[in-house]
Amino acid sequence: MSLSVSRVAFGYNGHKVLDGVDFELAGGELLAILGPNGVGKTTLLKCINAIHRPSGGAIMVEERNVLRMRPDEIALRIGYVAQKSESARLTVFDAVLMGRKPHIRWKVRDEDLRIVDAALKRLHLDHLTLRYIDQLSGGELQKVAIARTLVQEPKLMLLDEPTSSLDLKSQVDILTLIRRVVDEHAICAIMTMHDLNTAFRYADRVLFLKDGRIHSSGLTSEVTPAVVEEVYGLPVDILTVNGSPLVVPAA
Amino acid sequence: MHFTDGIIPEEYRRYIGWKSGFLFVTAGVLALSLLVAVSLGAAHIPLADVARSLAGGAVSKRFEMILWNIRLPQALAAIVAGAGLAVAGTAMQSILRNPLGSPFTLGISHAAAFGAAFSVMILDGGVMASTHTDAVTITSPYVTTGMAFFFSLLAAGVIIGVSRLRGATPEVMILTGVALGSLFTAGTMLLQFFADDVQLAAMVFWTFGDTARASWSELGVVSVVTLVCCAYFLCNGWNYNAIDAGDETAKGLGVRVDRVRMVGMLLATLLTAVIIAFLGIIGFVGLVVPHMCRRIIGSDHRFLLPATILGGGLLLLLADTVARLALAPHVLPVSVLTAFLGAPVFIYLILRGQRA
Repeated sequence: MSLSVSRVAFGYNGHKVLDGVDFELAGGELLAILGPNGVGKTTLLKCINAIHRPSGGAIMVEERNVLRMRPDEIALRIGYVAQKSESARLTVFDAVLMGRKPHIRWKVRDEDLRIVDAALKRLHLDHLTLRYIDQLSGGELQKVAIARTLVQEPKLMLLDEPTSSLDLKSQVDILTLIRRVVDEHAICAIMTMHDLNTAFRYADRVLFLKDGRIHSSGLTSEVTPAVVEEVYGLPVDILTVNGSPLVVPAA
Repeated sequence: MHFTDGIIPEEYRRYIGWKSGFLFVTAGVLALSLLVAVSLGAAHIPLADVARSLAGGAVSKRFEMILWNIRLPQALAAIVAGAGLAVAGTAMQSILRNPLGSPFTLGISHAAAFGAAFSVMILDGGVMASTHTDAVTITSPYVTTGMAFFFSLLAAGVIIGVSRLRGATPEVMILTGVALGSLFTAGTMLLQFFADDVQLAAMVFWTFGDTARASWSELGVVSVVTLVCCAYFLCNGWNYNAIDAGDETAKGLGVRVDRVRMVGMLLATLLTAVIIAFLGIIGFVGLVVPHMCRRIIGSDHRFLLPATILGGGLLLLLADTVARLALAPHVLPVSVLTAFLGAPVFIYLILRGQRA
């Protein structure tokens, strides 16, 4: 599995949101896209998934240009967890089963149901099987959205702030699961985040966006206080705690 | 990535079994109601005779004539129109993501009625007479349906345009529907103003929705359109579920959201236009039935769509039967009854929902 994003540009009403974004990702890698609000993190994810059509550039997944694929072909390769998932009067099981849609022709097979059950168990949602999703908390709803993407069996997972509405334990559970899925199945994953420390802990690489362009990218261990200060305009120190980098505002 | 360690939860199997069972029972009740409905009336036809005649057996000439020329087309028209309006309402609610969406509340019914009246009065698409059952006889069904469709499409276009505006809330869309409804009602009134006495009486009577005016040939046209549209909507159950989860989620699942919306809205509008062109305005079915079914069977469109098709047919058939019998030998227009039944039921559903 490989992803290659080259010279991707996007804008609307004469306003450039993304300008010449380039990066590559190999199977088994987890990339965190970081940057202040409004720099184009979510837009970049939507361009990779062709939800937005970039005005220029190419996005290659397994050597095929996503922008030339049909939506159902994209859905078989790329799973997307939106920042906000709408609630409806569907059971948790049915809401997750929807993720099998790209694989279902006319009839739901027993195999589809088994895959959904397995995903629910991995996310500790199996006790909520028949609960309507409009009765769930924000965190549970987010887990349902992630379970739906897992059963889609994508080669590339795009997660837009996947832990934004989760409590600490759920954040750790979700990110540990995503990390494990990426490692075990050698798929790629990209997540946008605001929490630098969480990104450093779980991602292999980080990519900082600023004003629609890549400011810098590299291994989490290569990030310096100067980079963070340039991107966020805030002086920071980077400490090492239990072997992981920890970003704190400079004293 | 492929999970292989799951099982099929027994509780989920039971849950799906219950939903499927509900659909089978509703279909059975509908079939039984059809038999009972056609047996009841000023002249009572025993159920055994109804069953024998429907199976091709011999019954008295009088019963046969009443059954095949009057009651069966009317009852089937009620089922087809109820199913069509209910499924159009469900589709509109999903497409516009608006619980108040229906052909009636969005003004599409009124636009179709105006288009049909315009065709009949201005384009000579029909004949008007002040007789009881044949207020308007449509002589050019394609012109009349075409005009009804054209004006409904106009209304639907305005609704879709408003729904795409940034910040368009469900309330704004419904208010737009109210405005469109008023506009097209005013247009129909303008036509009535220039009509002579006979035409006026016929037009007023015609705007009351009534299944009694459907002949076999008209029923055929309405049935074909309804069947095609229902088949399309049923095939798109997964897509509507995905759209319910949000446009971005739906696109991420490979749904061509804009196309599904556009085609769905076009077909829902066409279905409404055809039903109204032949039977007049029948309100509330498209609004109430989807909500009733949603409360019983949930929002999963794989089950909700067939449930609304069956439920809409059943509700309008029952309403039509009551309308025929309540003030017999006079026959009430079914639209009067659907409004009398629909409005309180809808208010009850809203109150119950708020308490829950």
